[in-house]
Amino acid sequence: MNYTIRICGEAGQGIQTTGEGFSRLFSSLGYNVFSFQDYESRIRGGHNFYQITFGTDEIFAPKKFLDLVLTFDKKGLEYKNLLRNNGIVIYDANSLKQNEYDERFINCPFRELLKNAGLKNIYENIVSFALIANIFSIDKKYVYKVIHDIFVNKPDEIIEQNMKAVDIGYDFDMKKKINLPASNSEEKILLSGIRGIGIGAIGSGCKFYSAYPMTPSTGVFQYIGEHAKKFNIVVEQAEDEISAINMAIGASFAGVRAMTGTSGGGFALMNEALSLSGMTETPIVILLSQRPGPATGFPTRTEQGELLYAIHAGHGEFPRIVFAPGDPFECIHLTNKAFDLAEKYQIPAIILTDQHLVDSLYSYKKDLKIELKNRDYRLRSTDFENYQDYKRHKFLDFNKSNPLTPLAVPGDSKQLVFTDSDEHDEVGHITEDGEIRKKMLERRYFWKIENIRKYISPPKFYGNKDSKIVLVGFGSNLGILREIVNNKKISVCAIHFSEVFPLPIRENSYEFLNIISKSNLSICIENNASGQFQKLVESEYGFKFSHYIRKYDGRPFNYEEVLEDIYAIL
Amino acid sequence: MRSYKGFDNDTVPAWCPGCGNFAILDSFKKALFELGIEPHEITLVSGIGQSSKLPHYLKCNGFNGLHGRSLPVATGISVANHKQKVIIFGGDGDTYGEGGNHLLHAFRRNPNITLFVHNNAVYGLTKGQASPTTEFGRRTKAQPFGSLSEPLNPIAFAITMDCSFVARSFSGSPEHLKNIMKMAINHEGFALVDILQICVSFNKVNNFEWYRNRVYEFNADYDLSDKLKAFEKSQEFGEKIPLGVFYSNSRLTFEKNIPVIKDKTLVSMQNFPDIKSLMD
Ligand SMILES: Cc1ncc(C[n+]2csc(CCOP(=O)(O)OP(=O)(O)O)c2C)c(N)n1
Ligand code: SF4
Repeated sequence: MNYTIRICGEAGQGIQTTGEGFSRLFSSLGYNVFSFQDYESRIRGGHNFYQITFGTDEIFAPKKFLDLVLTFDKKGLEYKNLLRNNGIVIYDANSLKQNEYDERFINCPFRELLKNAGLKNIYENIVSFALIANIFSIDKKYVYKVIHDIFVNKPDEIIEQNMKAVDIGYDFDMKKKINLPASNSEEKILLSGIRGIGIGAIGSGCKFYSAYPMTPSTGVFQYIGEHAKKFNIVVEQAEDEISAINMAIGASFAGVRAMTGTSGGGFALMNEALSLSGMTETPIVILLSQRPGPATGFPTRTEQGELLYAIHAGHGEFPRIVFAPGDPFECIHLTNKAFDLAEKYQIPAIILTDQHLVDSLYSYKKDLKIELKNRDYRLRSTDFENYQDYKRHKFLDFNKSNPLTPLAVPGDSKQLVFTDSDEHDEVGHITEDGEIRKKMLERRYFWKIENIRKYISPPKFYGNKDSKIVLVGFGSNLGILREIVNNKKISVCAIHFSEVFPLPIRENSYEFLNIISKSNLSICIENNASGQFQKLVESEYGFKFSHYIRKYDGRPFNYEEVLEDIYAIL
Repeated sequence: MRSYKGFDNDTVPAWCPGCGNFAILDSFKKALFELGIEPHEITLVSGIGQSSKLPHYLKCNGFNGLHGRSLPVATGISVANHKQKVIIFGGDGDTYGEGGNHLLHAFRRNPNITLFVHNNAVYGLTKGQASPTTEFGRRTKAQPFGSLSEPLNPIAFAITMDCSFVARSFSGSPEHLKNIMKMAINHEGFALVDILQICVSFNKVNNFEWYRNRVYEFNADYDLSDKLKAFEKSQEFGEKIPLGVFYSNSRLTFEKNIPVIKDKTLVSMQNFPDIKSLMD
């Protein structure tokens, strides 16, 4: 069982607050929740919606059909063709100046109710929130709690007015009830991609985060900013992305874990310094949160159009890691793994995600197990002082388990730390010597690439491994893959990659290749026009997918549409 | 360390014989020596250009990064470890051209960084194109109709932006340069020293004689924090070119404005915190 609610209206009408309120309400009652946002690049006006699916089923991706539409604008009335059986639309005919005579439309005079109570129109989202909670017969005390939690940092007066609005909505008799089956499970927690990456970064000891705001990466910047004081993190808004990444590289060189975050346009500006990180072997973690391009593209929408760019960005030859987490839980772990491998191998690591994942909420059990790998690879204080003959870029020493010279903290010893964006010798100084250049490439490039691959995990399998239909995807499409696997109509196996570059070594990929080779249909699914992931996997493993499903209208896949696409292929 | 030669690292600089960079390097070593600074206590940062090669020629920690990008790198270093003395060497192209935006914002942030600009009014490493300080109308191979932009006045620019220490010196006045360098390094806050530098290969106009006939050392007869007086002084450039400190103030530094690193360096706080509280 699951229900889908869509809340629609103009930017500035409190759509997001209401949507988050419902997500919290249902997860606190123990239901599984998945919610996502669809918004325009403007602060007021336009048409936005927030969609929440909740229920006792597992839910990981958007649904196409709706059970309840709450709309604060006329455009929302058009969604009647998406209503499921018994679906309803709640609206305020007076304020929309439009009357609908279809019995599925329920007119509720939010504004009039507010006026009678002497409250401003801005509380109409709270009134409707309480009203809907009542339709679902949810006890008022939970409604109070959620609203209270949302406004906890506001002045008492604001909280009071909100509570008054709750009463108005809850007590209004809609003559309509929906009986929810009991959730019979415990309170859940909600994580978004933003929180996942933020938690992963803070837990990995990120001490410096510099960025220039760009949707949809800004959420992580702000999340880390909110926690900067408590966790001793310096967060700086740089003058541009060029500065942001160079600052982070400077901080990393000086001895702290550093990160920057941006979207495609900003990442383009960072390319030169991405290559600087490769050359100077200074670790850095870069969040690349995709939106549709090229150029400024669709600022608030979603796409997986920068996979090949992330892999190839930067001039010259140097290794990097690209991880594309599939859900907030993977965001935590892969951000941690990015920090760990970036430092262990002294390279840049990229977290590749997109608007869909960062802005969506997923529910998890409260006792979610987070296991982070936290090892400090740096040479500090007395260890550095006592280190023999430190050379930042010493040729590989194969007598050691990690033959790279450790990163040392400048100033912690009388020995010096020097590095250079020009080709350099072992100490880090400029050189024009061809032999040294060769040895440096062996250190900086070949050895690293070969070794990093060993740490790359194989893809994860979902569903029936013997199925003749195999669906393969990466990154934020994990949700849709899992939804398709859970459907009871067709048997499929889904394979999801979240560690996309370098791809895992062949020995770790046998199972994947086996399943693909035994299948009748292998379908690569991705949110872009050119099939970037398909190209990558095919060229790496030398096979051809039989089919693909691609979506590039700036919106995420939804369950029903992918199912239809699979039927069409069948 | 017994003499300033202790900073030598036995590398032969890849500069043309007679280049002003040698005197700048020499003055810098002397300044460090006289201030009693040890090599491991400083981190030198530079971008790309002849001038930016300077950190390679002495004992120090250093990050020689990208063209124009030394300021952000240095800012990151200084925030991560404000116990290090962070000093930048760059050219006029590197600092005022490619790095112009960063300079503007460094003035605003006021990090505790000293920036020495080798201003030779020309691009040295890429062989003689005009730079942001080249005079209007000077012809080069890349500027067949002459440089058609007005030259930047870095001193006036810095004062306007309230840069917390602004000075000019000359590679041909090593003693003056050394003393200014010492003051700049000791200054708490962002310090810009524009160093008029001779490029014997590509700038045949502003050569040693040209400068010798014009430069003079001055000690400000006004309160150094008087922005308007300083600005007025900064307008003097032509027949007479003043060398000295134009302006200085004691604004709080960027590092001191960040509460997180008020008591301790960020690098000393590197740890793996418990994130349980974030999971609620
Ligand atoms: C992004 C980038 N653009 C251009 C260059 C080429 N380049 C190297 S040095 C330089 C100009 C150097 O001039 P300046 O900073 O005045 O230093 P000088 O050599 O005169 O000391 C240029 C344009 C580069 N290395 N990187
Ligand atoms: S080109 Fe000019 S600045 Fe460069 S080393 Fe030669 S003289 Fe010095």
